[in-house]
Amino acid sequence: MSDARKNAQGPATAEPEATPDVRHPMEPFLRMDRFPHIWCPGCGIGTVVTCFADALKKGAFDLDRVAVVSGIGCSGRVAGYIKLDSFHTTHGRPIPFATGLHLSNRRLKVVVISGDGDLIAIGGNHFIHAARRNVDLTVICINNFNYAMTGGQVGPGTPVLAISTTTPFGNFEHPFNLPALAASSGAVYVARWTSLHVRRLTNSILEALTKPGFTFVEVIAPCPTLYTRRNKLGTSLEVLESYRDNSEIRHGADPSTVDISFGGKIVIGKFVDIEGKPTFLESLDAAMHRALGKDYGLGKDYYMRSAGQRALVDREARHD
Amino acid sequence: MKASPEGVLTGAHYLDGDHACAEGALAAGCRFFAGYPITPSTEIAERIARRFPKVGGVFIQMEDEMASMAAILGAAWGGVKAMTCTSGPGFSLMMENIGLGIMMEVPCVVANVQRGGPSTGLPTMVGQQDMMQARWGSHGDYGIIALSPNSPQECFDRTIQAFNLSEQYRLPVFVMMDECVGHMTEKVVIPEPDAIEVVPRRLSPLPPGEYLPYAANGDKVPDMVTAGEGYRIHTTGLTHDERGYPDMTAEAQDKLVRRLRAKIDDNAEKIYDHECKRLDDADVVVVSYGITSRVARAAIDAALDDGLRVGEIRLITVWPFPAELIRDLAANTKAFVVPEINLGQMVLEVERAAAGAARTIPVTHAGGWVHDPQTIYDAIREGLRGNAAPRKSARKPRKEKQP
Repeated sequence: MSDARKNAQGPATAEPEATPDVRHPMEPFLRMDRFPHIWCPGCGIGTVVTCFADALKKGAFDLDRVAVVSGIGCSGRVAGYIKLDSFHTTHGRPIPFATGLHLSNRRLKVVVISGDGDLIAIGGNHFIHAARRNVDLTVICINNFNYAMTGGQVGPGTPVLAISTTTPFGNFEHPFNLPALAASSGAVYVARWTSLHVRRLTNSILEALTKPGFTFVEVIAPCPTLYTRRNKLGTSLEVLESYRDNSEIRHGADPSTVDISFGGKIVIGKFVDIEGKPTFLESLDAAMHRALGKDYGLGKDYYMRSAGQRALVDREARHD
Repeated sequence: MKASPEGVLTGAHYLDGDHACAEGALAAGCRFFAGYPITPSTEIAERIARRFPKVGGVFIQMEDEMASMAAILGAAWGGVKAMTCTSGPGFSLMMENIGLGIMMEVPCVVANVQRGGPSTGLPTMVGQQDMMQARWGSHGDYGIIALSPNSPQECFDRTIQAFNLSEQYRLPVFVMMDECVGHMTEKVVIPEPDAIEVVPRRLSPLPPGEYLPYAANGDKVPDMVTAGEGYRIHTTGLTHDERGYPDMTAEAQDKLVRRLRAKIDDNAEKIYDHECKRLDDADVVVVSYGITSRVARAAIDAALDDGLRVGEIRLITVWPFPAELIRDLAANTKAFVVPEINLGQMVLEVERAAAGAARTIPVTHAGGWVHDPQTIYDAIREGLRGNAAPRKSARKPRKEKQP
């Protein structure tokens, strides 16, 4: 700091005035020491992070008991900016990693936030199996229609006709309809929003977080640097305007009818919200109680016992 | 600390190696298992599926081996001891997340019951062909620990040792079994729980705020915490600093990767475990591991009966490799004879350590059966000829009769 600027702040002995709290409301949820983030101006991922943080706030979650797991890619970097126990794993594997984390430590609410390529292409098998098992996870998939981190290649959600670096003459592969995939695999909650619909998205994430079982929220988000630029869809603002003009809220729509076509209507809303389907752990517990009765050991606090440590138990006791 | 009595099936049993490995895991305190069926390792998963519910463990059969490995890493961060088991093809698939386990420094155990490869190879028949894969299978530079049991009793003992080492040095540790050891049934004695030493997780004594996830201790290993305790850690497969935050610089890479290597290399003296016999005046030393160490027994006994001076090294920790031991011996030994059920893997390490001071004679086998002890005996005789240029035939894989 220059002397001139130091002087401008007045003598060091002056009584400090009460400073207003200028912290950003999202600061408690973010690793401020990691900013600025890597995302491009106009990218939709930051909006999803804000909505997620807002949902945590609204739901008054014990933040020590929420963990975020991401895979690889632009959306995979979400875990790095959220101030929770956060795990940046391998490409496509956040769901099985999160499954292990959740099953070993039931008190954690485990959330997977990652991209369409990560969760649906390389991680597609894990996605459908976690949904089938109804593992108690919330999966937020940020769908920007391409592999952005690697420069904009075609992805499993890229609409037919869209240009990418690996479909220079237009995509000709049928994309996955993510809500239909999730619903048919067994997800108990399926919704789709765009990064424009921040209020509805926040509420939807909150619903997903509070609902037991495999809950899935797809978020359509602009990738201005690669996807929307190459496809001449305009600036990010124009893309958001197109979300406004071009999306149709249809709660309860049959997920098999919500395919996305290039330039076509985007059907958004809550498509699936099933009550009463037992989660993986509920099914496991029920089956073992039926088979083993009192001998079933999960009633015991296996997690502390197996780590086998006084220190851990003490720390937990302090926490509770 | 001592083993928790809950998982310990104290007594004398008649078990195969796979089941003994499962019991070792239980005794070591393993309470999470994620796996995918693959011959000849499946019996480990089957026994754990049956045993876990009564001791408070969670067993899950995943959709593939990538998922299995990822799940045990997640479970370890959740606070439990976790393992998976597999064989060659699955081991290949696990390499991706084994690398993540190395980078995130996650204690866990992978049992690889080896069969003949490459590819689908010989699913039901023995091989020792994944030894170099165990060392170098995941991309990048790192140190690794791998143990090689040679009996069902050792499958029990070494699995506990693998868990202990994984907790001590915070990395995935491999139990490199083979089909013969996995499927052979022998007496296994499981001791009283208070006779079983288990290493607990090295949890940080520091409170949140002061704790740095990757600030290493004097032994180059950082202390760990458990998710959900309020530490709000970040951990990543990217090159990272002591906070666990990505740091994409050559400096951070150098610091981190050298430490990942050094935490094994610098502690190798504490990690090494091998059985040595008659090394003082040996003309020829047979270096072997796993089932091959038992096949070599017949050849060594025959050579001893002939009055030959034959020493033995049985590698129990195959990685890190005891290069100094070989180097010191090489000065006073004519030859090392290295039988293994592959076309020459650990022999390369022996050769490197001997550095030309003594001959190194591989006794190779492509897999599917164990050696004919005669081939090992012949190699011992060959070795007595000393440091002369190896005869052509000594380098050739020996033909042998199949049963």
